[in-house]
Amino acid sequence: MNAQIAGETQDALLGLRMNAQIARARVTPAVKTKVQIRNLSMTFSSDGKNVEVLEDLNLDIHEGEFVCLLGPSGCGKSTLLNIVGGFIPPSRGEVDIDGEVVRGPDARRIFVFQERGVFPWLTVEGNIGFGLFNLSRQEKARRIAHYVKLVGLQGFEQAYPQELSGGMKQRVEVARALAVNPDVLYLDEPFGALDSITRLIMRGELLRIWEAEKKTILFVTHDIEESVQLADRVVVMSARPARIRRIVDIDIDHPRDISSRRYLELRDSIFSEIGLAHKV
Amino acid sequence: MLKRLLPFSAAAILVILWHISVQWGGKSLIPTPWQVFKGIAELAQKGLLLKYVVASLFRVTWGYLLAVILAVPFGLVLGWFRRGEWTFNPLIQVLRPISPLAWIPISILWFGVGDVAAIFLIFLASFLPLTVSAMNAVRGIEAIHLNIGRNFGLSQRRLIREVIYPAVMPQLIVGLRITLGIAWLVVVAAEMIAVNSGLGFLIIDSRNAGNRYDLVIAGMVLIGVIGLLLDLVMRKLEKLKTLRWGYANV
Repeated sequence: MNAQIAGETQDALLGLRMNAQIARARVTPAVKTKVQIRNLSMTFSSDGKNVEVLEDLNLDIHEGEFVCLLGPSGCGKSTLLNIVGGFIPPSRGEVDIDGEVVRGPDARRIFVFQERGVFPWLTVEGNIGFGLFNLSRQEKARRIAHYVKLVGLQGFEQAYPQELSGGMKQRVEVARALAVNPDVLYLDEPFGALDSITRLIMRGELLRIWEAEKKTILFVTHDIEESVQLADRVVVMSARPARIRRIVDIDIDHPRDISSRRYLELRDSIFSEIGLAHKV
Repeated sequence: MLKRLLPFSAAAILVILWHISVQWGGKSLIPTPWQVFKGIAELAQKGLLLKYVVASLFRVTWGYLLAVILAVPFGLVLGWFRRGEWTFNPLIQVLRPISPLAWIPISILWFGVGDVAAIFLIFLASFLPLTVSAMNAVRGIEAIHLNIGRNFGLSQRRLIREVIYPAVMPQLIVGLRITLGIAWLVVVAAEMIAVNSGLGFLIIDSRNAGNRYDLVIAGMVLIGVIGLLLDLVMRKLEKLKTLRWGYANV
């Protein structure tokens, strides 16, 4: 049953190249909620003062959905992602995934940091195979080869991270995450440290991989353009304490024309939501 | 090629300057390089060269190894558990500025004149620097790397083997190398007082028994050469493939 739905979804997105709105209409009744954030609050205390970082957040993320958490720097969106990832327990409320409360990190849901997360003592192959310790040697080698190819790092299998560019390191991290075949990927400003050209290329690669692998993706960014280019839905967050201001459906099919009227409309509505005059 | 020759030419110039200044300086107790070379040959002939070198290396090996065995795990644990560091760090910082040589009277009081006193001094001299570098190595582990290990579901043992160990090694090896240098410095001083063999003893004994400055300088040259060799061995360790990552960016 699930496989059928997944197949249908894939058809809708890839094969038939239908209008996204129609595809959504077809899929919506059957979508399964993957991640549920319920009444989530987070308070840090430092020097005896309590700092409210997240205030009563509620959000449902569907299976296979690409959601961007968008907010100003320091608003607590990374904290939210770390809580969802199981690295920090929340002060109040909870996060449910597949109906189970998150109590810690889990190999089914991989967190991708900025490129600092690659292990400098392992080669590209070693990094990508890092999480595959339970597999047989052949299976491990097969998976590594597959993901090396998927992220376009053929010829660099034996290279160490210090020999790679920032974009290549980022691809190693993404490949390492995908290699363990997780259901969910958490990406915390993964392209923030890259130059703007590499960043654009990496966005395209991520979308390509997402369409091929059908993961649920939760992507933190402070870049409005980035969120509108990538996400199915953009969750616009306020400054600290972070609340959800608005959730914007990006009803444009991939590949997205970033000069189309609809794109600009959506982008500008987010600009004005955040209160930025869209002029330099 | 030039890079390999330059250090030798610097040494050659020093030896020549030394020779000339002794020649022109008139009557002096300082021997010429050639006399020092003959001094070394004399030591070798009497069988003292090997005996003294082995005696010094023996003490360094034991004192240093004992310190490595105790201080490295101790430092790693202190670095891992914040409370451990809070508890011991002030004590370590008070003990650290005390020169190991200040412990000579106490070590002789406890162990008498002999190998054990010298080994104890080397142990003391090595223990604190090793503890501190092991502690810092653990604290230098990136929190991100530990989180990734947890995210991928590594067991405690696997986390130690695949993340903590490789993360700690480069800095730890530097600590081991620097500390071996310290141990070699201290053995010479310890041998001047606490024992009657070894290169330190050779230096002080040659002066006391007849102002044999050729042997004094022979001892100094031997100490320098052996120190260099020890350092080269430790540098080889740094070049091990799995440890190489820590230095590639330096």
